[in-house]
Amino acid sequence: MFGQLGKQGWLIMKATSLPLALGLVLGLGAAAHAATLDDVKAKGFLQCGANTGLPGFAAPDNAGNWTGFDVDYCRAVAAAIFGDPSKVKFTPLSAKERFTALQSGEVDVLIRNTTWTMSRDTSLGLKFAGVNYYDGQGFMVRKDLGVSSALELSGASICVQTGTTTELNLADYFRANKMDYNPVVFEKLDETNSAYDSGRCDALTTDASGLYATRLTMKSPGDHMVLPEIISKEPLGPVVRQGDDQWFNVVKWTHFALLDAEELGVTQANVEEMKTSDNPEIKRLLGVDGTFGQAIGLSNDWVVNIIKGVGNYGEIFERNIGTSSPLEIERGLNALWTDGGIQYGMPVR
Amino acid sequence: MAHPIAEDAPLRTAEPRVSFLNDPVKRGLLVQFVLLVLVVGFFAWIVTNTAENLQRANIASGFGFLDYRAGFDIAQSVVPYSQDASYGYALLVGFINTLVVAVLGVVIASFIGLLVGIGRLSSNWLVRQISTAYVETFRNIPPLLVIFFWYFGVLAVLPQPRDALSLGFGFSLSNRGMFTPRPLFEPAFWVVVAGFAVGIAMTVAFSAWARRKQMRTGQQTRVLPAALALIVGLPLVLFVLAGSPMSLEFPQQTRFNLVGGLQVKPEFIALMLALSIYTAAFIAEIVRAGILAVSHGQTEAAHSLGLRPGPTLRLIVIPQALRVIIPPLTSQYLNLTKNSSLAVAIGYPDLVSVGGTILNQTGQAVEIVIIWMAVYLGISLATSLFMNWFNRRVALVER
Ligand SMILES: N[C@@H](CCC(=O)N[C@@H](CS)C(=O)NCC(=O)O)C(=O)O
Repeated sequence: MFGQLGKQGWLIMKATSLPLALGLVLGLGAAAHAATLDDVKAKGFLQCGANTGLPGFAAPDNAGNWTGFDVDYCRAVAAAIFGDPSKVKFTPLSAKERFTALQSGEVDVLIRNTTWTMSRDTSLGLKFAGVNYYDGQGFMVRKDLGVSSALELSGASICVQTGTTTELNLADYFRANKMDYNPVVFEKLDETNSAYDSGRCDALTTDASGLYATRLTMKSPGDHMVLPEIISKEPLGPVVRQGDDQWFNVVKWTHFALLDAEELGVTQANVEEMKTSDNPEIKRLLGVDGTFGQAIGLSNDWVVNIIKGVGNYGEIFERNIGTSSPLEIERGLNALWTDGGIQYGMPVR
Repeated sequence: MAHPIAEDAPLRTAEPRVSFLNDPVKRGLLVQFVLLVLVVGFFAWIVTNTAENLQRANIASGFGFLDYRAGFDIAQSVVPYSQDASYGYALLVGFINTLVVAVLGVVIASFIGLLVGIGRLSSNWLVRQISTAYVETFRNIPPLLVIFFWYFGVLAVLPQPRDALSLGFGFSLSNRGMFTPRPLFEPAFWVVVAGFAVGIAMTVAFSAWARRKQMRTGQQTRVLPAALALIVGLPLVLFVLAGSPMSLEFPQQTRFNLVGGLQVKPEFIALMLALSIYTAAFIAEIVRAGILAVSHGQTEAAHSLGLRPGPTLRLIVIPQALRVIIPPLTSQYLNLTKNSSLAVAIGYPDLVSVGGTILNQTGQAVEIVIIWMAVYLGISLATSLFMNWFNRRVALVER
């Protein structure tokens, strides 16, 4: 009896890394498999690794439906494969759990504000399929602290979540600017945020997108502000396992198709009419001409399915995080290259 | 050597000739051998399979990463640490933090547990009720909730550092933890340390003398006043004579935090309080059971010899109760140590928390999990060995 009660401490480990590590050990995961697309088709749904709850990016709503920018990317991939954006199941993953979950095959793809870095792209055995959101790390503080720049934060206590690039950038930034700080490091998003909200820390740091989303979950969002400094490059994008080029292409080209559709003016509302367009680019994109879909193992109308399901990149952006949403994020870097941003879809040709 | 006896064997004149499989000794050896091969084979398979899987998935493996630069900061460390240290050293920092919590937790939990355990048997009604309420409350709440209670419920609602609660003498309490003055020692302080050591040595000698005298003459000598004078008084006198070679550094208010002095962070306080209070509830029950296990006749015998209740408890009951108490106590100590890994939930940088960060930066999940398991196993085995040794020492020697 005593023994059993004491095991609680291990629960945390068990609940997170242990089964995942075991998955790797026993090789039960799809890590050994290469044909993810066939597996997904056979299963009948896409298993997508998502955030545990970042409003605007990925969060279950009151009815338990997942919504958000990253969630729509998952749905886009599902629509490309099945012609049905609802054929997707979500696995909420903390920062710390996400890579092991992908490596061990627990999820087919990870679309969860994950920064593309060299080590993740190499020694973790993963591959980034693109950048769906160009971001950078920032700081949030309480307005009444009277701080207007991150350079004034010397000596502050800073809440940060473990398992993120954030933790390292923070260390680099303070060292480069010869400032001191006290890191307070949490494992879960909720705990990080409530520690900041309760005043344990003077500042909260993470991707700027994450800050805007998090601010909405504070007791009184109006009391907090995001400081102007952006201290890092955080290119966020979908990730797959190495060693499966076909699957990599499906995810990568879903991303490009969303961008190309926006560039060519193909929207959820007009996609059917657009099929009759004379524009050869649109014809190729929508599968009226050519067999581009077949070439990556999908049907030729794969883009029609994506756009019918979730709309183009711009629509996904506006609906979830854009200026008309509660997050009110400007397109900025994430505008199309034709509009002064750096989002650029490779040509379907 | 066993001698299997065939049913109709009249007398054992010679070794009966039985088949290899019917000889229990040989059969036993065979079974053991087969089992050993299976176990070794199973582990060998796991190891090679893992290595292959990791390689095929292009995931880095091996323990070489322990030498790489960590690059992240750790807020609380007993030993000096900077982001330039290696991952291996960062793990060591986490390990030490775990040990600090475990050791302090064990001491505090034992102390509270002893008090409450005795309290449950007290003849005072109020003390008994309070002790019972304590045990029943804390034994039945999961430790993680107790930790959250202290961290988010109690410590987080303390005021900001700029309106910290002052406790006097430079002590203050805020949502950044407890701040106290830090003593700064001047070189001459060694006289005081030396005086302290001498005081302890003399106290030991004095109590040995007192014991011998009691053996010889039956007369008791009070050791406590002399001990106080030697251990506390002597260094104090030397301190004054040496011209007070110590000053205090008081925490200073800065823009964000208090700086200087000593800081005990809220994560540590919450973890410490929660683990000790939780485990103490179990220890109290073990202490109570141990005391009840000593037959009442022992107490009566002691009373009839003229011993007062205090010495009866100290000299007769507790030494006998310890035999019953120590084995289950060991598992409580192990539980406390393992529960300290709940630290990740509130950001105390223990072994699991630091390991988790490294796991994520290097992606070497298997290696980190192996290190975690090996370390906790090591701590647990060391605790068990020590407690078993202690148990043998206090065991009743049959005469
Ligand atoms: N982009 C960074 C940080 C991503 C990240 O995990 N951000 C946190 C804070 S916004 C988060 O989403 N946490 C949610 C969770 O762990 O469930 C990375 O890839 O390391």
